[in-house]
Amino acid sequence: MTAATRSSSPRVTMDGGRASNEPRLSVEQVSYAYAPNPQQAPIFTLEATSFQAKAGEVVAILGPNASGKSTLLQIISGALQPLSGRVLLNGFVTHDLEPRTRGQRIAVVQQESQLLFPSKAWEFVMQGRHPYGKSLRFETGDDVLIAKNALAQVGAEHLSDRWMDQISGGEKQRVILARALAQQPLLLLLDEPTLHLDIGAQVDLLETLRRLAAENRYTVVVVTHELNLVGEYADQVVLLQRGKCLRVGAPANVYQRDLLEQVFQTRLTVEMGSNGRPRVNILPGEQS
Amino acid sequence: MRPLTVSRLLTQCLILGAILFCVMVLALKFGAVHVSLYGLGRDLLRVLMGKSTEISSDYSLILNLRLPRIFLSVLVGASLSIAGTSFQALLRNPLADPYVLGVSSGAAVGAILALLLEPRLALSPEIASVFTPLGGFLGAAVAITAVYFLGRREGRVDSSTLLLGGVIIASLLSAFISLLLSVMPSSNVRGMSYWLMGELTAVPSRPLAWVLRVGFFVAAAAIYTTASDLNLLLSGEKEAMHLGVDVRRVRLVVYIAASALTGLAVAMSGSIGYIGLLVPHVMRMIFGSDHRILLPASAFGGAIALVIADTLARTIAAPSELPVGAITAIAGAPLFIYLLRRRLT
Repeated sequence: MTAATRSSSPRVTMDGGRASNEPRLSVEQVSYAYAPNPQQAPIFTLEATSFQAKAGEVVAILGPNASGKSTLLQIISGALQPLSGRVLLNGFVTHDLEPRTRGQRIAVVQQESQLLFPSKAWEFVMQGRHPYGKSLRFETGDDVLIAKNALAQVGAEHLSDRWMDQISGGEKQRVILARALAQQPLLLLLDEPTLHLDIGAQVDLLETLRRLAAENRYTVVVVTHELNLVGEYADQVVLLQRGKCLRVGAPANVYQRDLLEQVFQTRLTVEMGSNGRPRVNILPGEQS
Repeated sequence: MRPLTVSRLLTQCLILGAILFCVMVLALKFGAVHVSLYGLGRDLLRVLMGKSTEISSDYSLILNLRLPRIFLSVLVGASLSIAGTSFQALLRNPLADPYVLGVSSGAAVGAILALLLEPRLALSPEIASVFTPLGGFLGAAVAITAVYFLGRREGRVDSSTLLLGGVIIASLLSAFISLLLSVMPSSNVRGMSYWLMGELTAVPSRPLAWVLRVGFFVAAAAIYTTASDLNLLLSGEKEAMHLGVDVRRVRLVVYIAASALTGLAVAMSGSIGYIGLLVPHVMRMIFGSDHRILLPASAFGGAIALVIADTLARTIAAPSELPVGAITAIAGAPLFIYLLRRRLT
């Protein structure tokens, strides 16, 4: 099997023969404290947080602003070193991985991707092959095929030759996701990917993620504010408030009216849908 | 999808190399004394074929004076353009040029101090000939070291802090330059003013030329090894890191190598403006933003631009010479305004 025929799915060797019911991602009691300088008291702390996720699972990190969602995501990605605890991906501590190895195993889709100079969509997706290159990293035929497949998987083949600064927000988000797929990661991390998208594009993106996780056996961790999208598409929810992990579990278990009202400071109701997924209705004009 | 291949890179470099060669040959022809390229070629051929042992004195003058100056223009132009391209990516700022972090101001202070100290030190002629460029290079090194430590935040170099540090150091050093010029003997002020504007009259001695060449190739090669990393740095530090770039190492390599290129160029020729700012933008419009082609294209483009500018500086008011920095500024400013308007529309 060539790299190209493997499409954008994770490389088999990375799983190293681990049993499918073993957790791929293990976040173990990670905490973090941020202070502008070492002499000052921390202005933000993330208290010890733990959860595990298997291959093919979608985990949502949920919480209001300044609850530590993005910080937790950065720690999982290995970009930030936790104050205590560790994050294991297939048994390896993510922060200790070499940058290139980390780039081969973990792909991160940021809130915004700002380009200093415009590039074409395919050039942007090709950047996802950077961790695999050697010396000056001239792309191979396999790299081109993988990038094409990545664009196809998110339904963005037609954008290939468009300039990144001349496509819509939703289209741009697809191309950014395609770049992450081109990394052929084991772990796909997304930081508020639905931020600038309309509701149709939000649903579309979450459905794509759900499908990709199932087809390619990615472990997906997504940070978002969208309660109903999380309720509908996530397998697990990590609920944070002011740097404290309040609950980890399936949406049906975490979505309790009192708990959500306390966290989001608004009156709401929670109903259970026919598919066993919770739905949240915000009660306008009523603060808890 | 048409990713860059080695053969396409080499073909484009070959075309640019051919253009540079033609420009150099024409630059050899034009000057205060016009020479026949045919005659020069014929003489050189005779020497090479063993039919003659020397070329006519007219031509030897050209080869000994004009050619080294053209080579200096090539190295300085290429250095400034590579440094400009690198700083624009490193600082994520399209307005960055090689002098943005105060390297030229540091070099100027060093060169002026060297010029002031030289008569008092009774140096041997060999050392005296390299004393001013050496002072310039040391001044540049001190300035970039100071800016580096100012730009560090929580143990790592931060682009915006680095930029602010550079602007502050540059403005402080500019005040020093004014102060030193005001106490300088008036006989030296004119020469120093030319140097500050940028000129290519001080053709380096043989050992110095070697230092310049070796320094150029080492620094340019070091930057080129980070070319594909620089592509990702354009999307931001965090994104680059998530795509497998060792951001800290790349920053350090590019910062030191681009500063060394600028320091060497400024020490030899003063602060020639606009080459390091404009050539990368023009090359980006032609070849795109991929640094694997952009860096060599900028090197060739900078060399071509500076050889042309220096030829104009030598010929416009012949037999007098204009400072080449004035030519690049006069031509560069309108071009920059054009590019800015084009970008806005």
